[in-house]
Amino acid sequence: MIRYVVYWARMVACVLKGGRLYYTWMGSLLVLILLGAWSYSHDVVDGLIRTNMTDEVSWGIGIANFVFCVGLAASALLLIVPAYVYKRHDAKEVVLFGELLAVVAVVLCLLFIITDIGRPERLWHLFPGIGKLNWPSSMLAWDVVVYTGYLIINLHIPGYLLYKQYLRQKPNPYFYLPFVFISMFWAVTHYTVTGFLLSGLGGRPFWASPILAPRFLVSVGCTAPAVLLIILTVVRRHTHFKVQESVFDYLKKVLRFSAPLNLFLLGCELFSQFYSGARTPAAHYLWVGLNGKHGLNPLIWTALALNLATTLVWITPKFRKSHRVVIAAAALTMLGIWLEKGVGLVIPAFIPTPLGEVVEYWPNLGEILVSVGLAALGAFVFTAIAKVTIAIQTGTLAVHGGEDSPRVPAAPGSVPGGDRAPVSFPPGSDRPPASVRTPESEGVA
Amino acid sequence: MSQRPVTCTKTDCTAPSCAPDCAPSAPATGLVQLRRGGGTSRRSILQAAAGGVAAAVAAPACNTPEFEAYFQKHYKKLTDEEKVKVFARLEEKTRQKTGVRVRIGDPPPIEGVHFAYALNLSHCNGNRRCAEACARENNLPDEPEMRYIRVLELDNGSQHLERGTVYYDREKVPAPGKFYLPVQCHQCDNAPCVKACPTGATWKENDGIVVVDYDWCIGCRYCQAACPYHARRFNWVEPKIEPSRINPHQAYLSNRIRQMGVVEKCTFCLQRTRRGMYPACYEVCPTGARKFGDLSDPESEVRQIVENKRVWILKEDLGTEPRFFYFYG
Repeated sequence: MIRYVVYWARMVACVLKGGRLYYTWMGSLLVLILLGAWSYSHDVVDGLIRTNMTDEVSWGIGIANFVFCVGLAASALLLIVPAYVYKRHDAKEVVLFGELLAVVAVVLCLLFIITDIGRPERLWHLFPGIGKLNWPSSMLAWDVVVYTGYLIINLHIPGYLLYKQYLRQKPNPYFYLPFVFISMFWAVTHYTVTGFLLSGLGGRPFWASPILAPRFLVSVGCTAPAVLLIILTVVRRHTHFKVQESVFDYLKKVLRFSAPLNLFLLGCELFSQFYSGARTPAAHYLWVGLNGKHGLNPLIWTALALNLATTLVWITPKFRKSHRVVIAAAALTMLGIWLEKGVGLVIPAFIPTPLGEVVEYWPNLGEILVSVGLAALGAFVFTAIAKVTIAIQTGTLAVHGGEDSPRVPAAPGSVPGGDRAPVSFPPGSDRPPASVRTPESEGVA
Repeated sequence: MSQRPVTCTKTDCTAPSCAPDCAPSAPATGLVQLRRGGGTSRRSILQAAAGGVAAAVAAPACNTPEFEAYFQKHYKKLTDEEKVKVFARLEEKTRQKTGVRVRIGDPPPIEGVHFAYALNLSHCNGNRRCAEACARENNLPDEPEMRYIRVLELDNGSQHLERGTVYYDREKVPAPGKFYLPVQCHQCDNAPCVKACPTGATWKENDGIVVVDYDWCIGCRYCQAACPYHARRFNWVEPKIEPSRINPHQAYLSNRIRQMGVVEKCTFCLQRTRRGMYPACYEVCPTGARKFGDLSDPESEVRQIVENKRVWILKEDLGTEPRFFYFYG
């Protein structure tokens, strides 16, 4: 028990220690978080009237971001499958990043919902036993169940593996492998339920499409590898942690399939909405405008342009080789999907209302501050846990001393994640030969 | 406006009064029993509650009401004693905030009664008095304006909703070439909002009315997204009503003063209809377009209409099975 408390204390100490770049990054995030919290505090006191949401457009950017974050949570599945099903060592080395990103993504999902509801203090009404969870009738109740389960699983696996590694003990496969396989199926449920959350509403024809859940799953296959490409690049550049090039190749390969598939499914949706001439007012509002109102047109056409351009990058071998292009394309893929499957999927469903009123919506500064603050919180938490993970994985944080790790040639006193990390590896150049092997990769695979 | 007897009531209540503001004198006649109450009459419980309130006010325990409010159980789990306490607390809260003494009741569904609404589109001329009377009866705020009833002005020969408007000049109705389609909660038998609510804060009562426990709603607005009739409203801000306009005759599941951050909706004025009166929108309608009653009573006007007129329902293809019928007659 004491050992576990010490472990936590050392992790906290690890997070608090860093170089100037690290402090600048975390400090900036903290400022954004505080701005978001300040804005949200007004929502709590004065009500959601401070947002631009109305009875007509009753879900806004918060829910759009929630839907987008569900996609980020796919990062775990994306790395677990190659690591545990195909037993790829390169993927296994970085699989914890995927799982921890999934944790952060699910936490962000929950926070985007909590900051969006009118009575967050009554959340206990959802807890079975003391509250009244309307399960299995309500898809939102399903969401609560699935998210909580996914969060627990994804907290348990990395939590257990990291602690074992900190103790320099071999993890017991029975304690985590079953959960790894459960989490694979759970992940698919996670995205499907979110798709059903929207497509289950007959009164919103824009969502009531049978391919909404598949579309969702495919776009998830775009955002998760894109964000992992960015994160792993940062990890490789600024820390001692070694990420093999083959992992990047794998992520790019996923995008090579998911990005065109995403466009294909979008095309299918557009065909059925426009070709027959049937009335699809929400789709009309989104793509060409309705009753002289065009608020979301620039946004969705930008999304289409971004998705077309990035798809071109992912399917063209020449572009894929340039690391700069890849990172830029990854960032733009995320932006494109956020516009298409976040904002462009949630908001138009409310325009027009079921009674045909066209009331437009655009987030105001307060809502943007809350959203940015939550995104910053996600980045802050992820940076902190990634730093601890790297320290444990590279052996700088371990039960006995740690700083003079026998496993990794880390410079004494250097802290992964800080700018004092002496080595940075330009893309494509040679990196130190010692690959960091995690105990479970030696013990289980 | 003539006073028409309510065919739906099985109780020996007094006839409804003509204006919604003066109507709720009837509740005090004490004809309604508590839902699961034993032999105690509602009036005696309320009197006891009033005494309790006085005691509670005199006692210095300031923080208790907040604590009790926070941990208040779901309406369906409240015992009769707990209900009395809750209602008393809410009455006291309204008194402190607005200075108005209100009475919160809990009329149960009348056994065997299934409420339904029928609306004659040939008669409706879009004057929107229904929406205003509803607002007064149900304590809806004016700033920002909240209305349960929306009246759409549509082109003759079309149900193209996007071409219609709710922002027409009510002084210039009926406009030539237009017809009017009032929409409020349809009290669906297969209600998408009830299905959607993650906390079970909204449900369908035995008489067909879909209600909300405002103290249980978490304000996620999934029901608003689910409703195909745009019938639900959210309290984006703490609702403010001029004290002089507060209707003091309230019911827990309908027109009591709501709170910020929760969803509400039309309840067919259950505080009136369950006591044998007509809904406020029905009573105020000068054209006689609105018909209301008990669908299970073969003699009721609404039953006659549903059986003999060519009625139709809005968005029938969605399978919501509304209790709200339109007809031309």
